[in-house]
Amino acid sequence: MSDFLQLIISGTATGAIYALAALGFTLLWQASGTINFAQGEFVMVPAIVTLLAMSYGLPLWLAFLLACAASMLLLGLGFKRLVVDPLIRHGTIPLVIATLGLSIGVKNLMKSSYSAEAYPFPNLFPATLFSVGDLKISVYDIGTLLLAGAIVFGLQAFLNRTLTGRAMQAVAQNTEAATVLGIDVKRMVLYVFLINALLAAVAALLVTPTYLAKFDMGDTIGLKAFYAAIIGGFNQTRGALLGGVLVGILENLMGAYVSPAYKEGVALMLFLVVILFRPEGLLGRVEERKV
Amino acid sequence: MNFLEVKNCVKHYGAIRAVDGVSFAVGAGEIVGVIGPNGSGKTTLFNSILGQIRPTSGRVEFCGEDVTGLSPLELSRRGVGRTFQSLQVFGKLSVRDNLIVAAQEFKGTLHGRLLAAPDAGLGRHADEMIELFRLERVAQLPAGSLSYGQQKLIDIAMAFMPAPRLVLLDEPCAGVNPGLVDQLRELLLELNRLQGGSFVVIEHNMDFIMRLCPHVICMVEGRVLAEGEPETVQSNPAVLEAYLGK
Amino acid sequence: MALVALALAPLGLKNYGIYLLTLWCVYVMAGMGLNLTVGYAGQMSIGHAAFLGIGAYTAAILMKLGVPFGFVLPVAALNCFLVGLALGFPALRVQHHYLAFATLGFNVLVFLFIRNEEWLTGGTFGIAGIQRPKLFSFSLDSSLSFYYFVLVSTILLAFVLWWIVRSPWGRAFAALRDNPIRAESLGVNIMAYTLLAFAIGAAFAGIAGCYFTALVQFIEPGPFHVTTSLMMLLMVIVGGSGKFFGPMLGAAIVILLPEWLRFMKDWYLVVFGLSVVCLMVWLPGGLLSLQDRFFRKA
Repeated sequence: MSDFLQLIISGTATGAIYALAALGFTLLWQASGTINFAQGEFVMVPAIVTLLAMSYGLPLWLAFLLACAASMLLLGLGFKRLVVDPLIRHGTIPLVIATLGLSIGVKNLMKSSYSAEAYPFPNLFPATLFSVGDLKISVYDIGTLLLAGAIVFGLQAFLNRTLTGRAMQAVAQNTEAATVLGIDVKRMVLYVFLINALLAAVAALLVTPTYLAKFDMGDTIGLKAFYAAIIGGFNQTRGALLGGVLVGILENLMGAYVSPAYKEGVALMLFLVVILFRPEGLLGRVEERKV
Repeated sequence: MNFLEVKNCVKHYGAIRAVDGVSFAVGAGEIVGVIGPNGSGKTTLFNSILGQIRPTSGRVEFCGEDVTGLSPLELSRRGVGRTFQSLQVFGKLSVRDNLIVAAQEFKGTLHGRLLAAPDAGLGRHADEMIELFRLERVAQLPAGSLSYGQQKLIDIAMAFMPAPRLVLLDEPCAGVNPGLVDQLRELLLELNRLQGGSFVVIEHNMDFIMRLCPHVICMVEGRVLAEGEPETVQSNPAVLEAYLGK
Repeated sequence: MALVALALAPLGLKNYGIYLLTLWCVYVMAGMGLNLTVGYAGQMSIGHAAFLGIGAYTAAILMKLGVPFGFVLPVAALNCFLVGLALGFPALRVQHHYLAFATLGFNVLVFLFIRNEEWLTGGTFGIAGIQRPKLFSFSLDSSLSFYYFVLVSTILLAFVLWWIVRSPWGRAFAALRDNPIRAESLGVNIMAYTLLAFAIGAAFAGIAGCYFTALVQFIEPGPFHVTTSLMMLLMVIVGGSGKFFGPMLGAAIVILLPEWLRFMKDWYLVVFGLSVVCLMVWLPGGLLSLQDRFFRKA
């Protein structure tokens, strides 16, 4: 029983990280119709930048802030201006291909210019365990969970409570109506790209201690983010959270009780079931076909 | 027996009653106009009849058969065609291919069409339609590259390619230049005479409706406000009020 | 002329060069199928390598049992056709991005299956020692004669695709791609054509898989990973999706270009990835759309 609970807790922690990446992914889709296949690389780059800055003697927090800034500049603003803006009017497929190309390019750029090795990443929280009854809980899991949860709920509050947040939601739901209402749509979309970059950087900070900093670390997390986003509901911010946590927990359980060989397949099977029976996602709203 | 019969059709979106109990009938070969201010539920009514959306309640009969909630595909098989309010052509296909594809699915079987001649034996028919709509000069160009008005004509021509028994036209004149409107009316009358189908036409252009349709329905806020000969409906004070406001 | 060039191409080449040309043919076959699904019918698929894999493993398993190639080919094609039909069902419910992930997910599942189910597929050890097929009693063991065998097969398959695309089916696929709602109101059976687009595309990849097995004579899960699906999609889009010769050009770029750019080593993929981004930004219709653009200006 305590094993089971431990698996649930560490699964929730991992899932919360997936949720962070998924959240950015969802926002990006809602506001601009962009499906970012390079989302995993968006997590990898800030991780490497943080390490790079630390190798010059900067403390973790400063290095991380630097990585956030770099991420927002390059993967937020740069990505929007150079890749998404020119391509978005040509429909989904060219943009999908372009982000795929970006993923390959950025990944290998890191490999050739930085290193092909995996590097350990400083832990934000200690890995010590404490016991509740016969339950052993790691501080790392709890810390991750709290931080990720705080960010998700903070973002939710920002989107629902502030004027800017509501304007962003309006843009996501109906760009034309938002324009008519005098919302600066371009600026709101830009904010979404910046937030996505920031969320990815935070996800990097939390996930890299386990995944290690490596040029291809984004492959797994990027995919999990997609699945989590769709399982929860692509048009719902809360959906990303639910999807992420669900994937994290089920993976842990599958790995422990069924077969570790199919652990990677859990997110997928869940995803295929959702697609078939509830394509709008667990929490998603049905979008009526426009005639 | 009536050709198309709509009985008490209702479509609600939550608290919004887009179509709130509409009944009307269309006889064989008849042309019926539907007018009404924006947001009065005309297109929603069309979409409910045509299976694009499922009506909340009510019944649609075509040739005495209950066709409520059938898919657009099944309706088209029964000889119900339509045009759309917004542009709906196949952008990358040539104008001629647009017309052929509009009728090819009604000929032969699915696997038969794989082995059939590339034009599915419809080349001549398509060329006749192109001539009728005076699209000869652009026949080989991709439909998506043409002007709005021309695409509108293609859309209408496509609806008539399979010689449907009933066609619902949603604002055929919108965005078409005024010079073409008269030509369009002549065309529709000609097609009515040639193919003998019934039409239901949504249109804001009063002049067009008055001179095309012997029978007009005016919808306001999801209900039928007035119905009858065009002159009678037009001079009805309630209709005038709905259009011009108080 | 292009055919003559292809017939003469291997003459000056060593075995490895001929191997690459044959591999190009194999990917052209699979790419043509994907082009039908993606380019002509407008569906999204990032799982085409799974069909290549299903075809390849079907072929390997049957050929190890001594089943002749001429029999293996239709079995693999049918196998993939049916699986493709099944994969088409999600496509009826979801579009674009969802479909992209659904097909990608399907690919991962197939990959996990062939990697983990050792009893059937040999797992990571793969299946080795597959014999090259014979054409009647004529041996195809030499790489040159096998190349011609594959080349002729590719041309035959290209003819099949050409036939489909110019038949009324081709027009219905295009209608499905350009405007499914309008198509449905004109009697186009969206469901049937969507399923067919997937199934035919899959069958092409299944056939390509058989030739792949016969070419490399040893298969393991590696080549059927999602990465290959992405590469195949790149071939189609970079060459020009919905253009008949798109996959041929695209496959040449993806298969042959890395060989010429070997001197760049690791940097090759950097250049490749970033040039794909640039290409999409400047020419979203792929390389073959260059000629359209050129003609329009002229």
